[in-house]
Amino acid sequence: MSQHDDEATGSAVEAHTPREVSIGTAVANSDAVENPGLPPHRERVTDLDPRKDRQMSRRVVALFLFSILASIFAIVAYFVWPIDVSVEGFGTIRNNNMAIGIGLAFALLAIGTGVVLWGKNLMSGEEFVEQRHGTRGTDEVRAKVVKIFDDANKESGFGRRKLIRNTLFGAIAAWPLPAIFLFRDLAPAAEPHELLRHTMWDAGIRLVRDPDGTPIRAADVTIGSAFHVIPENLEEADHVLDAKAKAVVLLMRLNPAELNEREDRKDWSYDGIVAYSKICTHVGCPVALYEQHTHHLLCPCHQSQFDVANHAAVIFGPAARPLPQLPIEVDAEGYLVAKSDFTEPVGPSFWERER
Amino acid sequence: MIGLLSTGGAYAAFGATATADETTAVSQSTLDEGEKLFAANCATCHGAALEGTEAGPSLHGVGAASVDFQVGTGRMPMAFDGAQAERKPVQFTDEQVKALAAYVASISPGPAIPDEEYLQGDTDAANGAELFRINCAMCHNVAGAGGALTEGKFAPPLGGVAPEHIYEAMVTGPQNMPVFNDMNLSPADKADIISYLTYVDDNSSPGGFELGSLGPVAEGLFIWIFGLGAVIAITVWLTAKAN
Amino acid sequence: MSTSTVTPQTRGSRFTAAAANYLDERTSISGAVKELGRKIFPDHWSFMLGEVALYSFVVILLSGTFLTFFFDPSMTEVYYDGEYMPLSGIHMSVAYHSSLDLSFEVRGGLLMRQVHHWAALLFVASIGLHMLRVFFTGAFRKPREINWVIGFVLFVLAMAEGFTGYSLPDDLLSGNGLRIIDGMLKGLPVVGVWISYFLFGGEFPGVEVIPRLYVLHIMLLPAILIVTLALHMVLLIVNKHTQFAGPGRTNENVVGVPILPHFAAKAGGFFFLVFGVIMLIATFFTINPIWNYGPYDPSPVSAGTQPDWYIGFADGALRLAPPNWDVHVFGYTLPFGILVPMIALVGLLVVVAIYPFLEAWITGDKREHHIADRPRNAPTRTAIGAAGVTFYAVMWAAASSDIMATHFMLTMEGVIHTLQALLFVGPVIAYIVTKRICLGLQKKDREIALHGFESGRIVRMPGGAYIEVHEQLDEYERWRLVSYTDYAPLMIRPNAKGRITATQRARAALSRWFFEDRIVPPTKGEIEHAKEHGHH
Repeated sequence: MSQHDDEATGSAVEAHTPREVSIGTAVANSDAVENPGLPPHRERVTDLDPRKDRQMSRRVVALFLFSILASIFAIVAYFVWPIDVSVEGFGTIRNNNMAIGIGLAFALLAIGTGVVLWGKNLMSGEEFVEQRHGTRGTDEVRAKVVKIFDDANKESGFGRRKLIRNTLFGAIAAWPLPAIFLFRDLAPAAEPHELLRHTMWDAGIRLVRDPDGTPIRAADVTIGSAFHVIPENLEEADHVLDAKAKAVVLLMRLNPAELNEREDRKDWSYDGIVAYSKICTHVGCPVALYEQHTHHLLCPCHQSQFDVANHAAVIFGPAARPLPQLPIEVDAEGYLVAKSDFTEPVGPSFWERER
Repeated sequence: MIGLLSTGGAYAAFGATATADETTAVSQSTLDEGEKLFAANCATCHGAALEGTEAGPSLHGVGAASVDFQVGTGRMPMAFDGAQAERKPVQFTDEQVKALAAYVASISPGPAIPDEEYLQGDTDAANGAELFRINCAMCHNVAGAGGALTEGKFAPPLGGVAPEHIYEAMVTGPQNMPVFNDMNLSPADKADIISYLTYVDDNSSPGGFELGSLGPVAEGLFIWIFGLGAVIAITVWLTAKAN
Repeated sequence: MSTSTVTPQTRGSRFTAAAANYLDERTSISGAVKELGRKIFPDHWSFMLGEVALYSFVVILLSGTFLTFFFDPSMTEVYYDGEYMPLSGIHMSVAYHSSLDLSFEVRGGLLMRQVHHWAALLFVASIGLHMLRVFFTGAFRKPREINWVIGFVLFVLAMAEGFTGYSLPDDLLSGNGLRIIDGMLKGLPVVGVWISYFLFGGEFPGVEVIPRLYVLHIMLLPAILIVTLALHMVLLIVNKHTQFAGPGRTNENVVGVPILPHFAAKAGGFFFLVFGVIMLIATFFTINPIWNYGPYDPSPVSAGTQPDWYIGFADGALRLAPPNWDVHVFGYTLPFGILVPMIALVGLLVVVAIYPFLEAWITGDKREHHIADRPRNAPTRTAIGAAGVTFYAVMWAAASSDIMATHFMLTMEGVIHTLQALLFVGPVIAYIVTKRICLGLQKKDREIALHGFESGRIVRMPGGAYIEVHEQLDEYERWRLVSYTDYAPLMIRPNAKGRITATQRARAALSRWFFEDRIVPPTKGEIEHAKEHGHH
């Protein structure tokens, strides 16, 4: 056992007189068991047997050499297994990935293993003891610090010239305020909650298939079908994805006998065909898992379930409101069209929603 | 103009072959065989005249595709009354399945078994992938790994499913799956979807083993168990005193 | 030590001496080396967990820098013209396109992406485990409370880094993740819609969010993270590392190996090993196959849409809320289904951050603590930790409710209802069971310290009776079992004005809760007595 610096001599368990601090509710026991001190040092085989020492150093050298080989392999692999998707197919990416990766991984692991073996077996195995010193500065230093602050206060008049000091605080506090305004242009100059109340849907807008835009005849929607629908004028939107994020609709046909509609929405469907917003009223995932026999719609993100046969009421999961229904009818050519926009904001609840 | 007409004609022809009820002549012996099989294996639940019983639904309007799918994937005959019929070893030979399908279709016409040309898996996989994402991925997962439905039901994984069964499932909407008729996804669209799934089946991930294509949950479990496990094993070795 | 007096002879050592001299004359680095070079580090495997985090972070920086050379965060819409056939001609953002290109057309690019992502998962996981180690061994006590808070900040920053990075490829999975964030933001009272509007630069998804997250991900967050990390390390050096109780180890010393050379060799070698493990995993296992997910489009979604594991507890908390929980106040909407889970999450994090101050207040112990507790010797703390872990784990499990349902043949409703119940019952059970186990283990330790352990050797006494020989511990082994701090519950005493304040009462109640059940460590006298008794 050896001490690591000259000042900290003495046994490992040293009599220490700490500053008096509260021990709180800790129990001080005068008859506590005493620390027996460090156990005797145990020599390793590499300390005792020079042959083992040589063996270990050879092993470490072998690992480092192996690492060099593995690094070279990674470089070679870069050329030997090139990525050539057009000719050889996608497997080449996998081969390239794996070959380079194997080279790099083994180069790293060999260095690491070698260095650790060196440290554990060949470097000194002795345990060292270092004394801790309390974290707080000594009383002497602390007194000096207090004096420095005192002097600074006197010389600056920081405590005495209150008006100067307080106006400075005010000025510094006011200075960042413009930043709040500078960030206003992170978004365009509109009222965001007004935007949430409208979608691309409007009276006479055809329901078309996502993504290719084919219009849908009522007759196409057989019982048990589910169509993923967008408005036909979607491509005219300034930001197509923004518009799509609010306008996507799921179109389903149920047996009219199984459809329990609200009185005021009897004319929102067409012969058992109903259209509901696909945006979950919980946090906005697309709700699109339609079970044609149970008529349940399931959101795959948080498992909210809506009963399509029962005006999309929430029957399970964290959603708070039924999915908004899109009123639909059939135009002169037999295609399904919207009767109006949604009558309520689609998607998640928000503060101003009911205003 | 002629080109346009011929394309349109070809499209119409495709549509006809893919959607028309079973019209090709089936030999009487096949139908007899089918009838026998039906009486022995299906009639208990579905009724001798396909009218259905308390134990099983009526088979009116199901057609050959549905029978080929349900029996050809082993879902029917059902082993027990679970949340939904599950895939299991097929109980009949291919000929028997086709005979059964022909028999049911002869009494109760519906969507037919698809033409080979839609099942090749060599059409536009990019279109198929996009359609798959929009119409199928929410239940079956983007990589076809399957997913949960309500009350213990689930959308099965699609890896290794025969193209004809995929096609038939889309046309007939088995169990709680919605129907994707030819006006929703045209036969060519369905062929594209099959091409995409074939591509996924045939090409392993360029990044290495896929951990079941289950996404972040599998990745998280992997890093906690094997990543941290390996690292902790190393720390134990590292801090243990050498002999 | 004997070699230090040998004067340098070889060319190599002359060069080293000259270089060291050059540096020192310009930086006075010798002072720092003198201070730190032989600093002692205690050896225990669990003390390496923080290093795992540090090294994964270095790996993340290296691989991330490589990725920035090829990634383009723009949300401009383009058509895919790259090598991956199932996406050819598909409409997508430049960000997604360049993520595909760096995976498929840059040699080693996919490997680096996988290294980056796997290292990120390991980074947060090792931080979590490191925090658990510090918590359960009481290593957050004075003087390390501030460093605990700094570490906590690092944990939050790591999650923020993870989430921003996860979103960058603009694929379907992460896009739906962002949509969930958008929905949660919109649910905040008063400012929610505005915050979402500013973040996305307009309506969701807009064309701004990926470049903005990119700036956060590669500049702002890493800069804060590095500074915080540096602070964490400086305080680690100032406070020195804790050590477990053991013979020769006291609250006033550190026993271990010096930084130069032994600890540096181990820690340096360990860096390569951690890097190597990450590289090996990245070589063989796909992570985040964005080509499967497709570009973000607000219409599709995939079954099994989940965040990376460290955001899982938040996602799970959302899933556990009951249905139909919008509350209306003066015509304004408060979506409790979103707000209550968020409050629970923030509450959990706040408790984690302030726990050291809470415990310090209850014990009133103002001494420095450098001996790490064995978890059993602080039964109430350990039980609280177990309860917290259970609470977290239930929310975490809830994030994979659908996958549990399909893989264990359960109904998802059943899984959710069970987890909802477990969220409240689980922590209570975990608390009680853990506390009992700790007290049991303490009792057993006390028993062994007093009477030795059962040797399995049966001896027949002259009188014909059989007894099992108890083997006494040697004093080194015994020390491990008996050296822990014991606290008694606080007695309420009137203050100087003769009154008992409410604070005092609260503190006493908490103290009773903490220390009512306790096993006192055996004293010297008791051990002597037991010995005599044992010898008859």
